[in-house]
Amino acid sequence: MQRIIDKIQELFANDTVDRVLGWKTGEFSWERTPHVFTKEGGLDGFVYDDFCGANLSKYLIDESAKKDAGKVLVLLKPCDTYSYNQLIKEHRVKPENIYVLAIPCRGKVNVDAVKAAVGTTVLAVEETEGDDLKVKTFRGEKIVNRNDVLFEKCQVCQKTHQVYDEIIEAEPYERPKKDRFAEVEALEALSPEERYEFWRTQLSKCIRCNACRNVCPACNCRTCVFDNAKSGVATKANTDDFEENMFHIIRAFHVAGRCTDCGECSRVCPQNIPLHLLNRKYIKDMNTYYGEYQAGEDAETRGPLTNFTKEDVEPSIVYGKGGK
Amino acid sequence: MQVEESKEFKPTIVAFCCNWCSYAGADLAGSSRISYPADVKIVRVPCSCRVNPLFILRAFERGADGVILCGCHPGDCHYSTGNYYARRRMTMLFSMLDYMGIERERTRVEWVSAAEGAKFAATMKDFIETVTKLGENRKLRDLRCKE
Amino acid sequence: MLKFTGNELTTLYSAISGLRKLYLPIEKGGEVSYGPYTGTETVRLDVLKTVKSAKDAFFPQSEFLMKFKAEGKNITLETPSEEMEDFVVMGVRACDARSFDILDSVYLAKPVDSYYKTRRDHGLVITHACNEPAATCFCTVFGIDPAKPAGDISTWTADGTLYWEANTEKGKAFTEELEKALAEKAAEEAKLAEATEEDIAKVEAEQAAVTEMVKQLPFANLDLTGFDAEHMMEKFNDPQWKELSRACLGCGTCTYVCPTCQCYDIRDYDTGHGVQRIRCWDSCMYSDFTLMAGGNSRKTQVERFRQRFMHKLIYHPSNHEGTYSCVGCGRCLDKCPIQMNIVKVIKALGVKES
Repeated sequence: MQRIIDKIQELFANDTVDRVLGWKTGEFSWERTPHVFTKEGGLDGFVYDDFCGANLSKYLIDESAKKDAGKVLVLLKPCDTYSYNQLIKEHRVKPENIYVLAIPCRGKVNVDAVKAAVGTTVLAVEETEGDDLKVKTFRGEKIVNRNDVLFEKCQVCQKTHQVYDEIIEAEPYERPKKDRFAEVEALEALSPEERYEFWRTQLSKCIRCNACRNVCPACNCRTCVFDNAKSGVATKANTDDFEENMFHIIRAFHVAGRCTDCGECSRVCPQNIPLHLLNRKYIKDMNTYYGEYQAGEDAETRGPLTNFTKEDVEPSIVYGKGGK
Repeated sequence: MQVEESKEFKPTIVAFCCNWCSYAGADLAGSSRISYPADVKIVRVPCSCRVNPLFILRAFERGADGVILCGCHPGDCHYSTGNYYARRRMTMLFSMLDYMGIERERTRVEWVSAAEGAKFAATMKDFIETVTKLGENRKLRDLRCKE
Repeated sequence: MLKFTGNELTTLYSAISGLRKLYLPIEKGGEVSYGPYTGTETVRLDVLKTVKSAKDAFFPQSEFLMKFKAEGKNITLETPSEEMEDFVVMGVRACDARSFDILDSVYLAKPVDSYYKTRRDHGLVITHACNEPAATCFCTVFGIDPAKPAGDISTWTADGTLYWEANTEKGKAFTEELEKALAEKAAEEAKLAEATEEDIAKVEAEQAAVTEMVKQLPFANLDLTGFDAEHMMEKFNDPQWKELSRACLGCGTCTYVCPTCQCYDIRDYDTGHGVQRIRCWDSCMYSDFTLMAGGNSRKTQVERFRQRFMHKLIYHPSNHEGTYSCVGCGRCLDKCPIQMNIVKVIKALGVKES
């Protein structure tokens, strides 16, 4: 963290940037709120550690559009740079107003998982030099291995920084071995009835808070179709099962080919619906039918759904697929 | 006199048809007196790629038991490439519906040209048969529309 | 005080659900929220915080207000029946129980909300005392005792046994009814028996332990001085709102998990042959909240964010004898995607710790 602070001070001093989009400490040892630090205001409360899970790239839509302001420095983890590239591709940010400082990451800690792991009230969580997290509870201190309590998105992460002005290199760490499509494949292998049951159970938990949509860097429409009273599908609550299905099918479809699999949707869902399983299904299908593609690897190429070949498979290919 | 109500299940089918080919194909089927079941509700669209996934879902919401999209044969699009995009989109959408456990046979894409009146009728007959076997759509509908 | 002597709580649940429709904290897909109990569900009375609060029981996220049906030239109107079946909501924590009082102060004040009132009249609340608070709990700030929850009937878990005490006439009548039902249906040993002095000592020990834990919580001494009608304009014009709301995503998570948020929207759903008028929760964090023909008076997230906290901490107490529209359940602290919450607002705008 000190290297990041030194770098920011240096960039402040030589007037490269006038503010920093980073994370700020909160009331609890694990609270990290996205925050804009200014040159004048200083870096009071600035932090970068195992709890900085939030993807800051979406804030750049507003932050880079500010008039009468200098460049904004943004701290991007490897996964966040994909979202940033995608936003450049869609002309939603102004890269000329942005200075990207690529920062190292070895996976972020999910405090809910820590709470579940210790099974009792968690009062504080502290990082240590190694992989251990010190957890303070009413019943004394407990130790949890950080690698057991990472966000799902971090458990399958193979991402590297794609775009930056400057990078803070870190020692390489051992990448997780979990296959990101394993859960999707497990679902595909079930019978249609079982799949239907699975998704009914999950989606019926949805409270339509729109957190998944609002946090998603790919969901950057100025007015969402589900907020547009004239669209005929604007709803504020899931009055019928159908509305739960529709919202999530359409949302996943709309980000298909643009979703970088940053995992923010699943991270923020208050009901812990595995929303990444919808996005990954699309990613997996597009890889299978239209060739390997990773959204956000660059800021130029066409995504699979804004492209075609004359030899594409017919939609009937879905009929012949696996499952029981 | 009492009319006996037929207990046989009659599916509601929504067919999105491209103005330039399949809609004309349906027309040709009509003018050639080739009969096909009357359960098909045709919605004319300017191109198969005009069909947004929301359209398909809304058809199911409002009580369709099967939804079929008909467009020009690949390579013959009036706007040259619209149906290529539609093909990718529908492949993705149908795959997702299947992934969510919704019967894959309820959705279909078929390429029907303006000259293929007979194919249009045959396609509809076949699709209706398939959907009739599946029975009523229960997994993807809004119950309020059924009341 | 009574105690339930059966081995399995499911015996008690099925006895209650035999008498009334029963809502309990139910686990579904790994998360716990209140839902109807039919006998097959996994009940999690032990879970401290359900994702959604218990307010759904009286003020559901979505309910139909009326239906218009068109047949030919006739339009028929259908409204929900006033004849509602009695129901029981069990496992309510002290904070959620208090939230009903706050909802009452809004919906039972004139003009009375008949939909809400019908549910209130037919509902019986069985609360459950907390055994171990979470770090995000701060109910004591609002004078709530998690060891002695209100409600028609209060329950405690001590040493693996459920203890039971009726507080109101309604609660007492229901307890008698339940005792009869248990005697008829359940096995001999499963009944509500009088608790011994030893038992009461166990409950008291549990209560004392919780009270002690609550004192150690980080927000136990949260200071609300200055959040009143007198300081309304000062708080409203505070320059800090901009910074506080800066990272807000504008999602409705805080609102929808909150036990006291009471704003709603009314929507018409076109069924193709009629219209169903639906009332559903709304969130002041949304861009179309307070949207009128002339536009929106709260144009940016700064104003929307401010509205939520001003309502809870200033407007509501100004109109309701100083009662804050917050019960300190801490759900918003747990669930906010960017970890901005009411405690941070109180600390930023309130009196500074010296």
